[in-house]
Amino acid sequence: MLFVLLRLLPGDPASALISVGADASQIEAAREAVGSNLPLAQQFVRFVSDLARFDLGNSFVSRVPVLDEISARLTITIPLTLFAFLLSIVIAVPLGIIAAVRADRWYGAAISTVSQLGIAIPVFWVGILLVSAFAINLRLFPSGGFPLRGWADAGEALRALALPVLTIAIVMSASLLRYVRAATQDVLGSDYLRTARALGASFPEALIRHGIRNGSVPVISILGIELATTFLGAVVVERVFALPGLGSMLLLGIEQRDYPNVQGVLFISTLFVLLVGFAADLVQRLVDPRLRDRMGGRP
Amino acid sequence: MTDYPLSSSPARTGRILRRLLAATAVAGMLAASPALAQDAAIDADAVIRIGSLYEPQNLDNTAGAGQGISEAFNGNVYEALFQLTDSGDVVENLATGYEISEDGLTYTITLQPGVTFHSGDPLTSADVKFSIERVTAETSQSSRRNSLANIESIETPDDETVVITLATRSISLPYNLSYVWIVNDAATELTANADGTGPYRLDAWRRGSSLSLTPFENYWGEAPSNGGVVFQYFTDATALNNALLTNAVDIITAVQSPDSLAQFLDNPDFTVTEGQSTTKLLLAYNDRIEPFNNVTVRKALARAVNDEQLLQSIWGEYGTLIGSFVPPTDPWYVDLVDVDAYDPESARELLAEAGYPDGFSFTIDTPNYDPHPIVAQFLQNALAEVGVTVDINIITANEWYTKIYQAQDFEATLQEHVNHRDIVFYGNPNFYWGYDNPDVTRLIQEAEQSATVEEQTEKLAEANRIIAEDAASNWLYLYPQIVVSTASVSGYPINGLNSQFYAYDIEKRAE
Repeated sequence: MLFVLLRLLPGDPASALISVGADASQIEAAREAVGSNLPLAQQFVRFVSDLARFDLGNSFVSRVPVLDEISARLTITIPLTLFAFLLSIVIAVPLGIIAAVRADRWYGAAISTVSQLGIAIPVFWVGILLVSAFAINLRLFPSGGFPLRGWADAGEALRALALPVLTIAIVMSASLLRYVRAATQDVLGSDYLRTARALGASFPEALIRHGIRNGSVPVISILGIELATTFLGAVVVERVFALPGLGSMLLLGIEQRDYPNVQGVLFISTLFVLLVGFAADLVQRLVDPRLRDRMGGRP
Repeated sequence: MTDYPLSSSPARTGRILRRLLAATAVAGMLAASPALAQDAAIDADAVIRIGSLYEPQNLDNTAGAGQGISEAFNGNVYEALFQLTDSGDVVENLATGYEISEDGLTYTITLQPGVTFHSGDPLTSADVKFSIERVTAETSQSSRRNSLANIESIETPDDETVVITLATRSISLPYNLSYVWIVNDAATELTANADGTGPYRLDAWRRGSSLSLTPFENYWGEAPSNGGVVFQYFTDATALNNALLTNAVDIITAVQSPDSLAQFLDNPDFTVTEGQSTTKLLLAYNDRIEPFNNVTVRKALARAVNDEQLLQSIWGEYGTLIGSFVPPTDPWYVDLVDVDAYDPESARELLAEAGYPDGFSFTIDTPNYDPHPIVAQFLQNALAEVGVTVDINIITANEWYTKIYQAQDFEATLQEHVNHRDIVFYGNPNFYWGYDNPDVTRLIQEAEQSATVEEQTEKLAEANRIIAEDAASNWLYLYPQIVVSTASVSGYPINGLNSQFYAYDIEKRAE
């Protein structure tokens, strides 16, 4: 599927290698180097058999193994995604609960309104605003780029990730917050919470002991989806902040018709999304015994 | 044997001269800038951070690495037998001198003694032979391969001497050799490593982000004026500008967005320098097909476009008008701006004379990146004034190569041509634009066979005039080469010919 769609794009990958002034024999040599002179069917067989051996091939353009480049770039995209994910949970969960529990107060309503706004603005716009405020005016964080030594320069690396992480977290927590709020509202109206209160538990106690556990089940599945979306959404943020992550590799690969790179990134991303979905399922089962029973096949 | 010393002075004098030239040019252009204050001390250990939009695709200029590798490596990591200076002169570099045989076919080149590669191996004639053959090899993706195709053999009588034998005379051989990196013949995997003789050695390359160079302790020449350079790569021009604004880089090698200049121009913390570029924007017709095979039609279209207004609207006060394909830094430049200057009235008359009193319509295949789409719209309006209808077809850079460059399946296209001395493309009837004038082809071939530089210059200037009179393409303008830096750095190249960016003379004042 991936393979076919990519080949439908006009343009020959060999052209990334040649420059104005190249003669026919050089063009042929370039096509041979990238394999675009072979019939499509043959290219496909080569692709599938390599994939079966987990060999993603070499980049057409840089000639380095795709897997090497992906693993180098994952050292940016994974921390970026995870930090943003954790930060958005830290922001969204308490605020979402407050927004639901205190929906009748002004700040409850304010949180809901602001989160609506957060959903509406595009992520690159948030990024640009943060750069202009924290990098250009306040000079607190770098406006983009990543230190040459990477994580060996941990302090600088963290500073480089600060604004991108904040950008993703702001946008992500806005939508997450709304799910947390909805889930909390469901819990608030539930019988078991009323029962717990009737049995003498204070409201916070009842909410923490029974509410969170019940409310978290739908939120976890949303979290799984959000985490996967963040990972893929890193494309935009990495571009705004000039981070050499997986997203910028994908964009560059598409521009240059570097099929092995694009296929490799998409393959790894798909793998990641599947893994996250699987992990979310597992966590849900840990939290909710009813799902566990169903899985075990018990009545 | 006739001795043709290229310059009586060794390479080092060339560098001092270059430095002076650069300094005067900067000073002249920046009367309003306080950048050149002499009081602050130069920090010889400062690492210069250079921001660029052109990351190399790999590290080997014979493997399709792109213009970014010339910027980072030419003259910095790798040196050649000859060097093209920032002002456009060819001076000796790893060669100390050469002799040409009477028939002009044999070049005996003597190498600079005591040169070592970054790996520690000494430079020998075998390395030179290896390096030239890397470029001329069957698998080479070098854009310069054709220009060296007339090399018949390379001999190495001893370690310091290289004898190159040509099939035909080639006055441009030293110039062409300035593109040939001298690489250690024992080096491997050059797409990811480097082993040259330059003042810097490769320190690290973080793909997608940055490439750093550190001074090479055993460099044969003068040590760099700084403690190393780091090229920071960006894909987004705004992100690059922000990096300069926030002091994350010291220099931007080539500003491509005119709009962003304002924020640096009025700010004393920054220095804006305009040099001479070799990047020409042109509307290239497919000269093989109707109606563009008709000189009168091409002349009419040239007169229908107000280049000055176009340049003004895109670059404001920057950039240069050109009347042909040759920029002022080429030795055979002639001012031809007045040939087929803007004159819509006579454009209409010429069209009627050519048999198109009611005009005609054609499609411009337009690359999807700036400034091409805007320029296409400008041309659409300008040509509508004389009754010619333009359809704009937006394509990617990649499609440009396959559809236009390879398949030559187009009516007209917009393109920027970046190289220095590339008038030779008009002498090749098989080139994508298909311009075929036997006089020009002959002149360009004869120019290469010239015995003297004067003769070559005269012939190419003549070819240049014919191309302009034929309106072979519609040359719109020459891009400005604009470098912006923080006020504390100086000594950088201002013309950046052929995308080169010599970093060794850059100095940073201690803050």
